[in-house]
Amino acid sequence: MSLLEVRNLTISFGGLRAVDDFHIDIKKGQLYGLIGPNGAGKTTVFNLLTGVYKPDEGIIKLEGRDITGLKTIDINKAGIARTFQNIRLFKELTVLDNVKVGLHNHYHYSTVEGIFRLPKYYKVEKEMDGRAMELLKVFELDGEAGYLASNLPYGKQRKLEIARALATGPKLLLLDEPAAGMNPNETGELMDTIRFVRDQFDMTILLIEHDMKLVSGICEELTVLNFGRILTQGKTGTVLNDPQVITAYLGE
Amino acid sequence: MKKMKMTKTAKNNLITYIMVFLAYIAVQILLATGNISSLMKGLLVPLCIYVMLAVSLNLTVGILGELSLGHAGFMCVGAFSSAFFSKCMDGAMPDGVRFLLALLIGAAAAGFFGILIGIPVLRLKGDYLAIVTLAFGEIIKNLVNVLYIGKDKNGFHFSMKDSISLHLEEEGQVIVNGAQGITGTPHDATFTIGIILIFISLIIILNLINSRDGRAIMSIRDNRIAAESIGINITKYKLMAFSISASIAGAAGVLYAHNLSTLTALPKNFGYNMSIMILVFVVLGGIGNIRGSIIAAIILTLLPELLRGLSDYRMLIYAIVLIAMMLFNWSPKAVAWKERLKERYFPKRLRKEKEVK
Repeated sequence: MSLLEVRNLTISFGGLRAVDDFHIDIKKGQLYGLIGPNGAGKTTVFNLLTGVYKPDEGIIKLEGRDITGLKTIDINKAGIARTFQNIRLFKELTVLDNVKVGLHNHYHYSTVEGIFRLPKYYKVEKEMDGRAMELLKVFELDGEAGYLASNLPYGKQRKLEIARALATGPKLLLLDEPAAGMNPNETGELMDTIRFVRDQFDMTILLIEHDMKLVSGICEELTVLNFGRILTQGKTGTVLNDPQVITAYLGE
Repeated sequence: MKKMKMTKTAKNNLITYIMVFLAYIAVQILLATGNISSLMKGLLVPLCIYVMLAVSLNLTVGILGELSLGHAGFMCVGAFSSAFFSKCMDGAMPDGVRFLLALLIGAAAAGFFGILIGIPVLRLKGDYLAIVTLAFGEIIKNLVNVLYIGKDKNGFHFSMKDSISLHLEEEGQVIVNGAQGITGTPHDATFTIGIILIFISLIIILNLINSRDGRAIMSIRDNRIAAESIGINITKYKLMAFSISASIAGAAGVLYAHNLSTLTALPKNFGYNMSIMILVFVVLGGIGNIRGSIIAAIILTLLPELLRGLSDYRMLIYAIVLIAMMLFNWSPKAVAWKERLKERYFPKRLRKEKEVK
């Protein structure tokens, strides 16, 4: 059974069909790429999957459960976490706290226990610190745990965003242009990190990317979008050599 | 690294507590030695009120990141609900118990209004939110001004017209008399009670900030869309911050009501002037900086009184100090200059600050 199953997903903004009849099947543990020229509707697909937009038509199923039309926070609780094209960190919080906010729904104590510092507060906070540091170690950010997120260099901010998304304990991770603005070295490093996350956390990853080196290097399957419609879908090697895809990117 | 950060926040909070405590001791010594004018004595309780208001508004403006201009309205709710209770219960129970209950009632009523107003209002953002909260503050004040409540042997009577339409029995008593407000509230507020309330407000707010809920609130401030995407319930945490902020303002209102024998809702005490003044404390003390709001509230309350000798130029100097403080705190040149000074004289501390904040 597919982890994520999308059928006939459609949304229009005014007269524009931003996404039209989108469908996808992602199996558990897969590294899946969503590519296409600028304005093809890739980020709109992400926004539909995470409940930022409600689809006009179509159905989204996560592990067989229908999650179409749920609110963003409920979709996150159901098991989809994402990062953003333009990094959205909690800038005035420390690196550690950014991850701890991600852990929010997995560790509980009441407001009263927090305000009056009852024993449960210390116990749970300690557990949260431990778990957050574990995650930061994976991304080699443990040395910067006390820094404000805004003081991190760009590449590390990208990593922190992934760490925060993973902290919510998702089944499916959506990465929106993780390599945007990175140099070839950083991109290479990021490819290793993404593979590592997949293996270490047994994660399924869907990513949007323009960097063809990254796409061909780590994605097993691809879907190509153009003008909101699926151009082609299949194994990476086949798709990238498809003349239609080359035309869409380079023109006639 | 982790340990360092923990001690840093804890240390910062401790400094704030100690500062308030030392101020209390200093005033007590001055009082005991008789080195304090009667004018200043009269200012002690209002000082506590302003500090509480500034600290509570900082929770909304600095921590939740929403501009609210209706804070005096919540203070008004706290003041009138508690004064009403105290007036009714005067003599029916020991003074201490009555004041404690009045405090809880005032804070709860203001918190309830915070939720009531917060539900529709917190859907708005930025300027719009500020305008609507401003309107709500005014509405509360004006409603209180046309409120008439009386009591006789048949129970409570209520009117929005005038005191005659309450149709009280002969021995009946008007408790809330419209624009004349509530007269004869017991005089329970003291400086010590004020300081205790400041401590309680600080404990609530500082501990809230450094907890799971506080992190959720600040994540909404920093990036609402990202907070939603990682499963933070935006409405719940906005309302939580807003209502806690409102109930502390309500507690300040209780203190206010029990410091005066006549409680009336005037533009001066519960109008938008007051809301703006609280906001000035917060902005000058540093948005999100709790200790800063305390200091700003104290300085800006004392300043006009200390300048009283200059009579005509008093408000002029007050305004100049405001502008100077604003420039000193926020102007890029002043900030850069402060950085340079720090680098020259405290290079070590600066490095530490960059690392851990």
